[in-house]
Amino acid sequence: MAVFPSTAAAEQAERRTGAGGRGGSGARSGAGAGPGTTGRGSQRIAYLFIAPIAVGFLVFYIWPLLETFWFSFTSFGAFGGNSWVGGENYGRVVQDVTVGKALGNTLLYMVMGLMTLPVAIVLADLMNRRGLRGVPVYRALYFVPFVTLPAAVGLVWNWLYNGDFGMVNEALSWIGVDGRYWVSDPSTAVYAIGLVMIWSHVGYYLIIFTAGIKAIPQEVYEAAEIDGAGPVRRFFRITVPLLSPSIFFASVICVINSLQQFDLIFVMMSPENPALGETQSVVTLFFKWAFDENSQGAAAALAFLLMLLIAALTYLQFRFQKRWVHYA
Amino acid sequence: MPEPAPSPGALSSGAPSPGALSSGAPSPGALSSGAPSPGALSSGAPSPGALAPGDPSSGSAPAPPRGRRPYRFDPGAVATHAVLSLGALVMVFPFLWQLLTAFKTMPEAVRVPPTILPEALNWAAFEKVFTAVPFREMLTNSLLNTAGRTLGQLVFCSLAAYAFARLQFRGKNVLFAVFLSVLMVPPQLLVLPQHEIMQQLGLLNTVPALFLPGMFSAFGTFLLRQFFLALPRELEEAARIDGAGPFRIFWSIMLPLVRPALAALAVITAMWSWNDLLWPLVVNTDPSKAPVSAGLVSLEGQFMTDYPVMMAGSVIASLPMLILYVLLQRHFVQGIALSGSKG
Repeated sequence: MAVFPSTAAAEQAERRTGAGGRGGSGARSGAGAGPGTTGRGSQRIAYLFIAPIAVGFLVFYIWPLLETFWFSFTSFGAFGGNSWVGGENYGRVVQDVTVGKALGNTLLYMVMGLMTLPVAIVLADLMNRRGLRGVPVYRALYFVPFVTLPAAVGLVWNWLYNGDFGMVNEALSWIGVDGRYWVSDPSTAVYAIGLVMIWSHVGYYLIIFTAGIKAIPQEVYEAAEIDGAGPVRRFFRITVPLLSPSIFFASVICVINSLQQFDLIFVMMSPENPALGETQSVVTLFFKWAFDENSQGAAAALAFLLMLLIAALTYLQFRFQKRWVHYA
Repeated sequence: MPEPAPSPGALSSGAPSPGALSSGAPSPGALSSGAPSPGALSSGAPSPGALAPGDPSSGSAPAPPRGRRPYRFDPGAVATHAVLSLGALVMVFPFLWQLLTAFKTMPEAVRVPPTILPEALNWAAFEKVFTAVPFREMLTNSLLNTAGRTLGQLVFCSLAAYAFARLQFRGKNVLFAVFLSVLMVPPQLLVLPQHEIMQQLGLLNTVPALFLPGMFSAFGTFLLRQFFLALPRELEEAARIDGAGPFRIFWSIMLPLVRPALAALAVITAMWSWNDLLWPLVVNTDPSKAPVSAGLVSLEGQFMTDYPVMMAGSVIASLPMLILYVLLQRHFVQGIALSGSKG
């Protein structure tokens, strides 16, 4: 899944190029297009351009989607073949307490994921300081965790969080705080994972916000400075409001991504970890149902529930963006 | 999904300025192309300099030439550096610690209080990684998976993107809407039947199973389409008058012009392919057919508490992407800014 920040811009360009010339722009019918583009032969060529990916989509995406929908109303027999069970799977999803727990955890991951945004905004603002040297170096370093494969990130953090020999406890002991078994303690595990999520995504949002901040005219800041606004005031009165389109985009992406949290949890929580249930997300539960417990029907129903949740939260964000997003 | 927000203007770099993205070394302006300067896209002709680093419209700090600035103590800048360096340390320390641990022996690694440096460069953990799991095969599998998905996307997505942007054919809008809807489906919804299809094709526990579905990307198609749309039509018309056919125009005129987009797409596709975990876990349970991401999981299962071995494994597994990132930083940044999320 992805959201494209600049469809509008490109459509505009499309309209512009189309209008100036022959009017056969992409989105509209081929009415005004030149001789080479409308003939039957060239239509056939266009289908040739599309064909490979269309076949791939049909086989690997569209058909599976329909199939999952069908799965969600069926039960898999022990010897293959599935039988219609109506809404039973959805009933299980709605009633099962582990689903409720996983849903709660997933929303908690989402909230923690959203806390990445303020951190990234502040960092982007700091890096935007006039004449500051070394910014490219900082930016490159902050981005490294995002490039690293989540499986490796999970292992490294498990080592840092290790209750007996980990560096986190060691560092805490310097300031006199008692250590813990962060990832196997049911009361801390989910936050320990959330912190790693934040850590590994800061660099990504930093890139989005840096792009947004660079678009804010320097004169605005200078004018505010002349009027006597301090850095904090400038941050809240200029940076944040003028960055709101970027913040909106980032929060849409962040919600979509953090609701699908899987890799880190899967790697950091070994199957015998006592805190496993406290950290399970909807997607890890889906994986367990689908491939460990052989209840594909219920897993499919759960996946649809997740899609509905994602769609609903994305819709709500778009719905309420007018309240706080300022487009220049 | 509703029409996306015209935010960070990521695609304003869609302006046909081949030079802007592909030009050499990483520079402070790496992101300046993200500035939503309204003019960027409207600029008709390819103007290599339009979005070049240091473009005044990008609002980058108007720093005076480096050497000549007189030294002046600026407490604000010092504080900023302090905060940013501390943050950078938090970002990098886990990797340093990972590397240091990988060279330690087990008793050294669990010493209390911990010692920072290993007593000697001890390669035993690295050797163990390769003997405990078929790590060499896994690296090859990861490489093939990454290459397969990336090449597939470059070819299939650019072909379709060009047709959607520039060719006329019946059913185009409907087809494009279908493509867009594929984009919105979370991957978990597809995994079960995809697994079944692989089973029916007899491809479970083979390398092609790793990359086949990932070769087709709605995201890649959409991204490249945006770039094709931004190219001036006059180029194609001139070529058409000269008698070039659609494929010729696509291959030798249009494709070279979207090279920056192709590079960005290639780099992020490579990253996602290398890092992907869920799909390999589903299709290739045979360790010798699994990629390194899944390899790390089985390493974890075997070594539980032998942290030097696990750290050595994760160093090796993350190194290729890290090297690619260092070499192609600009394309990473560009691709990430354009993409939003995994796809």
